[in-house]
Amino acid sequence: MDFTDTPEEATFRSELRAWFAANLPADWADRPPRVGREDVEEARAWSRRLYDGGYVGITWPKEYGGGGLGHTFQGIFLEEQARANAPGHIGVIGLGMAGPTIIAHGTPAQKERYLQPLLQGTEVWCQGFSEPGSGSDLGGARTRAVLDGDDWVVNGQKVWSSFAHIADFCILVVRTDPDAPKHRGLSYLIVDMHAPGVEVRPLVQITGDPEFNEVFFTDVRVPRDSILGQPGDGWTVAMTTLLHERGTMGFSLTAHLEQGVNQLVKLAKETGADRDPLVRDQLAQFWIDLQALRYTNYRSLAGVAETGVPGPEGSISKLFWSERNQALTKLAQQLCGPAALLADQGAVWDGFWTYQQLRSRGNTIEAGTSEILRNILAERVLGLPRSR
Amino acid sequence: MDYALTDEQAMLRDAAREWLRRSYPDDRLAEIADGVGTDPRAWAEITRMGWADAAAAGSVETAVLLEQAGYGLLPAPLFVTVGLAAALGADASVPTTLAWAEDGARYLGDPVRTTVDGDGRVSGTKVLVPDLAAVTHAVVTTTAGPRLVAVADASVTACASIDGTRRLGELVLDGTPSQPLPAVEPGLARAKMLTAAAAEAVGVAQRVVDLAVEHAKNREQFGRIIGTYQGVSHKIADAHVAVELARSLVTWASWALDAGDPASVLAAHAAKSDAGSAAVRACEVAIQVHGGIGMTWDSILHRYYKRAQWLQAFEGGAPRQRAVVADALLGPVAP
Repeated sequence: MDFTDTPEEATFRSELRAWFAANLPADWADRPPRVGREDVEEARAWSRRLYDGGYVGITWPKEYGGGGLGHTFQGIFLEEQARANAPGHIGVIGLGMAGPTIIAHGTPAQKERYLQPLLQGTEVWCQGFSEPGSGSDLGGARTRAVLDGDDWVVNGQKVWSSFAHIADFCILVVRTDPDAPKHRGLSYLIVDMHAPGVEVRPLVQITGDPEFNEVFFTDVRVPRDSILGQPGDGWTVAMTTLLHERGTMGFSLTAHLEQGVNQLVKLAKETGADRDPLVRDQLAQFWIDLQALRYTNYRSLAGVAETGVPGPEGSISKLFWSERNQALTKLAQQLCGPAALLADQGAVWDGFWTYQQLRSRGNTIEAGTSEILRNILAERVLGLPRSR
Repeated sequence: MDYALTDEQAMLRDAAREWLRRSYPDDRLAEIADGVGTDPRAWAEITRMGWADAAAAGSVETAVLLEQAGYGLLPAPLFVTVGLAAALGADASVPTTLAWAEDGARYLGDPVRTTVDGDGRVSGTKVLVPDLAAVTHAVVTTTAGPRLVAVADASVTACASIDGTRRLGELVLDGTPSQPLPAVEPGLARAKMLTAAAAEAVGVAQRVVDLAVEHAKNREQFGRIIGTYQGVSHKIADAHVAVELARSLVTWASWALDAGDPASVLAAHAAKSDAGSAAVRACEVAIQVHGGIGMTWDSILHRYYKRAQWLQAFEGGAPRQRAVVADALLGPVAP
């Protein structure tokens, strides 16, 4: 066991720090991140710059344009990104979910077509899993696809789809065999978001920002070969996606929490709350939580290094992070006092905490609700009988 | 970076788990806890298996062993010896406890009144000494630093204690001969002790989570296995999360101590804070999941619950540990 960088890791880290210093615009480091109101063109340009620097798809095989490095290097990247307060790549869904799934289940032609533009940030991906009638219950998806000649014809509706309004492609779970048992009748398609019949309607969140969308599919024709795996494999392929979502997410979440803790300490000092013993006690616990998450991520990497696939233990990081991040933003709101009800300019830090607090309520819903994650831990890690 | 235990460390863990499982089934543990409070033959076995040497190899090895000792509730003075006394320089192969508390001095570093004269004779009264009846020696804190005494040279009074295999005693020293100990940095010694306590707490927590899972898998009510009820399973899942997070902190702290990493002191406070709370909470969840059975003396759960409470109390619970972290994070508050 050794948590110090190897010479290769140390070189990677110092080069990365130098790269951030040289490439991150000076006025970005201190601006509060506003997830819901990103400047898309700026995000694309930054993504391309990260790609040109060699810092996108760090763990992906070199043959697909990745860095061919171990997950530790991705962990280092995310730590340093947090330290530099640098924004991430625009392709959140593509890098974390669509890409790994294409690498695992895609044909050579699909890999050739999709992976490079995804890494470069020139093509953005979104996810079509949840539906109005099936959120956590993915196996209940009703959006259907029927084979007609050389095309699948897709009809239905997806919801809570982040990035859909700017996406070029969607990883879409559809029902292709209505007669099969529910988990066996699903297939996993790659859908061109610019195809006729795809309609995206932004949904305004409680923050006031349109961060996610409804997506309607009306007789959308999808080429027959735009499928990952075989017809009927949709559930299995989707599980690959979700494992990668939760497994590699730990480091991103920890980086996010680290930025939050740093900002909260700053706020406590500005407001004088850093002398309040109850506030001090809570801040110390957030710092401890941050370290606990960090070293839990490291420990889970030992498993990833062995099997190549994140295990269900990744659910721990997501579950714990989401609830602690909510607590952190609530404490920040308390420290802001009645001014917490102001928005945008004029509020504390232009409404940074107001936004974060409202946005954080989604943390325990998105990417697996806390209830689903507890089921996963109870059933798949602890071996308790299934609850349903 | 390399996140896994070495093969030797993993072998130590597995061998310790297996030996404890074979040697101390729950009914045997209960018999010892309600009887003499310690297994007098255990230390020879522990020595034969090389645990003292293993613990001397480093804090990671110590943590690995003590987690298993907590899991199996080892009725022998391993924790006080390798976790406490050895941190102050005592020989880990001799069963030795640490006597730090006295009237008016509850925590390490609090001013004590026990003295040592020019001939090395120690006088004073130490209270709340863990495992005092199970050891041959004690490290005693004095106004002139820690000294080693033979328990036989002093007067020992056993105190009625809720933890039957970590009983507390009073040690009266009246011109008791003592030996010096090698000089150690007190902050680092305390960090080693906190990490040791945290490691044992993780083992305690893990065992009761396993017991809760086992019960929830088998017990039926209303025609269903109770583990299918989320009111039950989610509580256990939360206890599991807390144990895993605490184990991560123990791993960090023990590695940092061995590596001479400057973060080791804060890491130890963090680990002690979370692991102590996680162990107490896990026991409470396990008792709740077991229902009425969990409230009975016959259940093994209360043995773990009492150990968890000792571990949480040692050097202060989570708020006291967090106060140290807060000082480092925010700077101390001017009085």
